[in-house]
Amino acid sequence: MISSFILRALEGRILVTVCIILAVALLVPASNLLLSPDNALHIPTYVMSLMGKYLCYALLALALDLVWGYCGILSLGHGAFFALGGYAMGMYLMRQIGSRGVYGDPILPDFMVFLNWKQLPWFWHGFDMFWFACAMVLVVPGLLAFVFGWFAFRSRVNGVYLSIITQAMTYALMLAFFRNDMGFGGNNGLTDYKDILGFSVQADGTRAVLFSLSAIMLSLCLVLASAITRSKFGKVLVGVRDAESRVRFLGFRVENIKLFTFVTSAMMAGIAGALFVPQVGIINPGEFAPANSIEVVVWTAVGGRGTLIGPIIGAVLVNGGKSFFTGAFPEFWLYALGALFIFVTLFMPKGIVGTVQAALANRKAVKAAARAQAQNDDTPSTQIQAAE
Amino acid sequence: MLRLFLSTLFLILTFLPSHAQSDPKALFNALGKADFKQTEELIGQLAATGDPRIVPALEAFAEGELYARKSDSAVFITKAAGANVALIDPVTGAAAGEVPKAQLNKLKINNNLRRVIRSALGGLTLLSPDKTVRMAAADAVLKSPSAENLELVEAALAKETDAAVKVRMEEARAASVLISDRALNQKKQAIDTIANLGGRDGISILMSVSSSIDPSLKGDLDKAITRIENSLKLWEVGQNVWYGMSLGSVLLLAAIGLAITFGVMGIINMAHGEMVMLGAYSTFMVQEVIRTHAPHLFDWSLAIALPVAFLVTATVGLVIERGVIRFLYGRPLETLLATWGVSLILQQLVRSIFGPTNQEVGNPSWMSGAFALGGLQITWNRMWIVAFSLSIFVGLLIVMKRSAFGLQMRAVTQNRRMASSMGIRTPWVDAFTFALGSGIAGIAGVALSQIDNVSPNLGQSYIIDSFMVVVFGGVGNLWGTLVGALSLGVLNKFLEPWTGAVLGKILVLVLIILFIQKRPRGLFALKGRAVEA
Amino acid sequence: MEIKDSKPKSLLYLDGVSVSFDGFKALNSLSFVVEPGELRAIIGPNGAGKTTMMDIITGKTRPDSGTVLFEEKVDLTKRDEADIAQLGIGRKFQKPTVFESHTVWDNLELALNRKRGVFATLFYRLSGEDRDRIEEILATIRLTHRRDELAANLSHGQKQWLEIGMLLAQEPKLLLVDEPVAGMTDAETAETAILLREIAKSRSVVVVEHDMGFIRDLGVKVTCLAEGSVLAEGSIDFVSNDPKVIENYLGR
Repeated sequence: MISSFILRALEGRILVTVCIILAVALLVPASNLLLSPDNALHIPTYVMSLMGKYLCYALLALALDLVWGYCGILSLGHGAFFALGGYAMGMYLMRQIGSRGVYGDPILPDFMVFLNWKQLPWFWHGFDMFWFACAMVLVVPGLLAFVFGWFAFRSRVNGVYLSIITQAMTYALMLAFFRNDMGFGGNNGLTDYKDILGFSVQADGTRAVLFSLSAIMLSLCLVLASAITRSKFGKVLVGVRDAESRVRFLGFRVENIKLFTFVTSAMMAGIAGALFVPQVGIINPGEFAPANSIEVVVWTAVGGRGTLIGPIIGAVLVNGGKSFFTGAFPEFWLYALGALFIFVTLFMPKGIVGTVQAALANRKAVKAAARAQAQNDDTPSTQIQAAE
Repeated sequence: MLRLFLSTLFLILTFLPSHAQSDPKALFNALGKADFKQTEELIGQLAATGDPRIVPALEAFAEGELYARKSDSAVFITKAAGANVALIDPVTGAAAGEVPKAQLNKLKINNNLRRVIRSALGGLTLLSPDKTVRMAAADAVLKSPSAENLELVEAALAKETDAAVKVRMEEARAASVLISDRALNQKKQAIDTIANLGGRDGISILMSVSSSIDPSLKGDLDKAITRIENSLKLWEVGQNVWYGMSLGSVLLLAAIGLAITFGVMGIINMAHGEMVMLGAYSTFMVQEVIRTHAPHLFDWSLAIALPVAFLVTATVGLVIERGVIRFLYGRPLETLLATWGVSLILQQLVRSIFGPTNQEVGNPSWMSGAFALGGLQITWNRMWIVAFSLSIFVGLLIVMKRSAFGLQMRAVTQNRRMASSMGIRTPWVDAFTFALGSGIAGIAGVALSQIDNVSPNLGQSYIIDSFMVVVFGGVGNLWGTLVGALSLGVLNKFLEPWTGAVLGKILVLVLIILFIQKRPRGLFALKGRAVEA
Repeated sequence: MEIKDSKPKSLLYLDGVSVSFDGFKALNSLSFVVEPGELRAIIGPNGAGKTTMMDIITGKTRPDSGTVLFEEKVDLTKRDEADIAQLGIGRKFQKPTVFESHTVWDNLELALNRKRGVFATLFYRLSGEDRDRIEEILATIRLTHRRDELAANLSHGQKQWLEIGMLLAQEPKLLLVDEPVAGMTDAETAETAILLREIAKSRSVVVVEHDMGFIRDLGVKVTCLAEGSVLAEGSIDFVSNDPKVIENYLGR
């Protein structure tokens, strides 16, 4: 049962994409670690970290695509799940600093000493253990998505209303995390990490492993997403997107379908955040900013929503463009991003992958029609039958 | 009448002995050799002269500027004059030459004496011919009442003709009575008077005597304190309601344009906040032009900025509708994304032109200052913003319900095809409706420029709140927007004392999210089949 | 109660159902019974409450008062759409509603009456039995030759049939069909009448229709609704000669 579920996922383009991502997961760190810096093919560590960041964004975009592209729920709060996963990992990394902090307290992170706190808040317990932090990376975003979705989908909040309240959710979380009293470092967030599982986060080797892990997680989630969308469940999902009431009147529990997808997607976003934090070295409340979540939407839209490869391409392209623009013409990045939003919605609603697919399908259809035409010239009777 | 007679008699009797030594000049000179205790008595006698000329000297004494000449122990007010010190006669205020500082002894002063002087001054100025001086004096006595001044206050009260000053003097008298050794029934009356005065001052006056007062009056005293506290609490609620209304009116301003574009047309305009921002920058530009070309018009700057902001933002809105939104009707989520793109471009445009920092937008004189209404403190700028947002609301309501354009607008939103077949140019109605919504956002920007930082990010801080207000109030219903804005504002302000501003805001957001789950279509929802279409 | 006593076996039983929207009474104490295996036509002017009645039976709208029973025991007013669909009530909308981005085959596969839980659908595999069932329905709705086409590419009439096919796949005991021939050609209309009679052999069907010719073709008992309650009930000839019906509906 499970094996057919997975095998179905590995058809065609998905298999190719997974192979490419896994090759990247192997080759980039290899080039970074094994080749000498003078070699033309050597990839510097900072470039690798940048690419690792893109991979995390790609995973976030994939997660969003699952709910938006396939289920029609436009979440403007996926940045919140990403950030929560990031904070869970950040808390682990903070606990690993131990007595090497500025204040040298063996238990309390620096910002708590600074705030004159005497003991660890209850929700910080357990984060010294890696497995616990990893579990929380999934549990916390998943739980938030579950509670939020359980209420929202049950009372049939949908369309723009849902978008607006997801935005309000991440906005409220941002305000909350900005508060020092929350116990997550306030403004400054969590930073100055030392090591992860005993390896220095600064070391090239650790960074290479983190990069590979990001790529591997991305391909795993891609396979999972593919398995979901190619199953009967995935077809129901698209049904919910296109004709929700029809799905209901066929006897499906739409709220459960949405809830499952939303929670799965939130967990993927959490994983992306958790991989993101050790690579960039900081997590702060700015990650909850509503603008970030909307940006994720545009990555997905550019690449092609409702396709699985699209969001990955979109995230890498847009973020590559962002890195380029903010380096070369910092003034113009927001113009470019704004124009991209407008351009994609007006002229390329299917995104890059969707447009290419449509063009290919069109060409195929033209060819098929030509072939059918040629056949029909011989046997006119079939033509009439087909036209019925 | 009898009371007045008695108190006058009392006054004369108590004043009689002090007439023995009533020459202020002599009294001042006596200060030179007096110890603290004697000084206190002398000040009392000086006060009893009722001579307003001695006021500056007493004030100088409190400031430590009264000196005695070593040679004859005559007392003078002093002023630094180069190496020497200028002497001024304490009574006449005439200059009396200069001497080196070494020839003078400073008259010693301590806090107790300062208090005595203050109350003596209070008593003296009570008789001033100037009404405002008398009022100030009565206030001073009320703040630091003393038994010694009681007679003086009563004398002044007897002569007082101005009603407002008289009330204040009554209160000052009551405060003084409480710490004097007057009869219990007088004190009881005094407690009532102070209770009527109310306020924090009233409480502190009563509290200060609560330990020394006769036990038989203790009950009345406590009752009076509770009474004041209760009324204070009531005023506090009133003040919170006002703060809430003022916040609510800001929300209303920000949301009302959205109530048209989102509520009536169903367009999710994420660039709405930027329209507000453009309105604020229009105000800034208008003020800049006025500052350089016609400074005397500054008080009119907001009135001039209103049409300018409306035209600027309505034009931008028109361009956005014709250029982007009209291609996306029926695809609300796409509209959301495209207008978000527009908002990024507008923000960056303003940043490129004006820079990322806050711009200085001035308040016209009629916007600054505050006034008290009962126990409420109301600032003029908040007052105007509340009035302004309500008048925009009413104006919009009239446009929607009474004008031909409003009729066409409603016709198009209710049945586009029917409207178009009746000869209404639906595309233009769409465009102008959107322009109207944007223009109103611009007008809101003029008002918000008075209370918020005018920066490229101005709009961002309002967009989520505005959507919350419209969704909470019920989409497609202007009254819902009004009630939504005001109730969210008041709710926010009532939560603040318990939770702090940020947590209060978070709670309100969470409450709205929960509320939308319960009533997905807001407070004033349209029901029935029409909604499904 | 009287109706229930005289006809002990009812599939669908509505009694005294009222609902109003903002003061407008869409249904006014409506009573209505469908027997097992019955094919029933409902006519009535616009706003008579036909669609609202279907909304109430399928759980989309809750009545303000009244009883709605399915198979004499299940209170439909307490159930939601998914529950009611699983009980065996299928509904065809006025506007054909199929999954346009799925193929005809996938549309039917989704509609098949199988376990509909999240995990059941995630790990679902098409069995030979299910394959045969879909083939059978495809033949019934005359779409076998277009099985692999996207539903979006079907003609209007074919979409109507596909939707009826999906309802068949759902294996309902009661089928509610809202204006199935609106926008169809005459030939398609005649075909649809045949199709519905075929379907009604094995289950109850309630058809809402404006097309009197079509209802005559069906040749079944007719209920005429007006202003939210039943105006007349009987054969098509009986109903169409009723003066109240002529005044309220036909005569207009």
